Amino acid sequence: MVRTLPALYLLLVSIAAQAETPQRIGETYAAEAAARQAGFTSSAKRGETLFRQRFANNDKMPACTSCHTDSPLNAGQHAVTGKAIRPLAVAANGQRFSDPAKVEKWFGRNCKEVIGRDCTPAEKADFVAYMSEAR
Amino acid sequence: MKHIAIILLLGATPPAFADRVPLPANAPAGYQAECGGCHMAYQPALLSAGDWRRTMAGLKDHFGTDATVDGPAGQEIASFLERNAGNAGKLGSTGEPPRISQTARFVRKHREIPAKYWKDPRIKSAANCEACHRGAADGNYSEHDILIRELRR
Repeated sequence: MVRTLPALYLLLVSIAAQAETPQRIGETYAAEAAARQAGFTSSAKRGETLFRQRFANNDKMPACTSCHTDSPLNAGQHAVTGKAIRPLAVAANGQRFSDPAKVEKWFGRNCKEVIGRDCTPAEKADFVAYMSEAR
Repeated sequence: MKHIAIILLLGATPPAFADRVPLPANAPAGYQAECGGCHMAYQPALLSAGDWRRTMAGLKDHFGTDATVDGPAGQEIASFLERNAGNAGKLGSTGEPPRISQTARFVRKHREIPAKYWKDPRIKSAANCEACHRGAADGNYSEHDILIRELRR
């Protein structure tokens, strides 16, 4: 037991170094937003509004919901290729928002594709808050 | 007893060898993440080397999407695809942009599929191999293992 403890500790540390929690990822975006706009706090409600908003940028995917369905708890389907997409909400898919590079990559691609521009740190913080809270 | 063993062995052989298109084991780490995000990570043998080169050179507008893969990851994926590409003579020319669904092989294999199935919401697009070929991601395209029952043989 005494001998396995350090090994266990090392294992936990190495896991922690790779995986982040949705909360931490949301906090990082919120801090970035607060640097631009004093007093910013993230809002799941604003995140939901963004998730449902329709944009006039892309006929095939006017909103997040075009691929992710009306509920982030549901599995979705890519609007063009038909590929199955696992749920966005953390409650339905524990792997969501655990890898900062992956989160940043998909915000990058999908914001450009659906909205036609990059999302702001404030929008990202709100979006992560909604996906963390959606039940 | 010996005969039974031989019969069993024969039975275990995959019946349609040509319908197995496995993903090479040396696929770069980024292939699944970068190319398998919006569609299945297609096996390189499904397109010729020249068509892969054109596909990778045009990722900025990849069927209407910016699918750019920057830096060494992009080059790694491009050379993996070209190294393991399919036989250009058999696949045929596929137009611009290159589409797997326009290779001679794909067209021949799917010519009996009625048009309405391509529009079926379960399928949606010829890009969606896994809608019908449940083993597509593992390189199994056997016509005996089709998810849509009416199309099974």
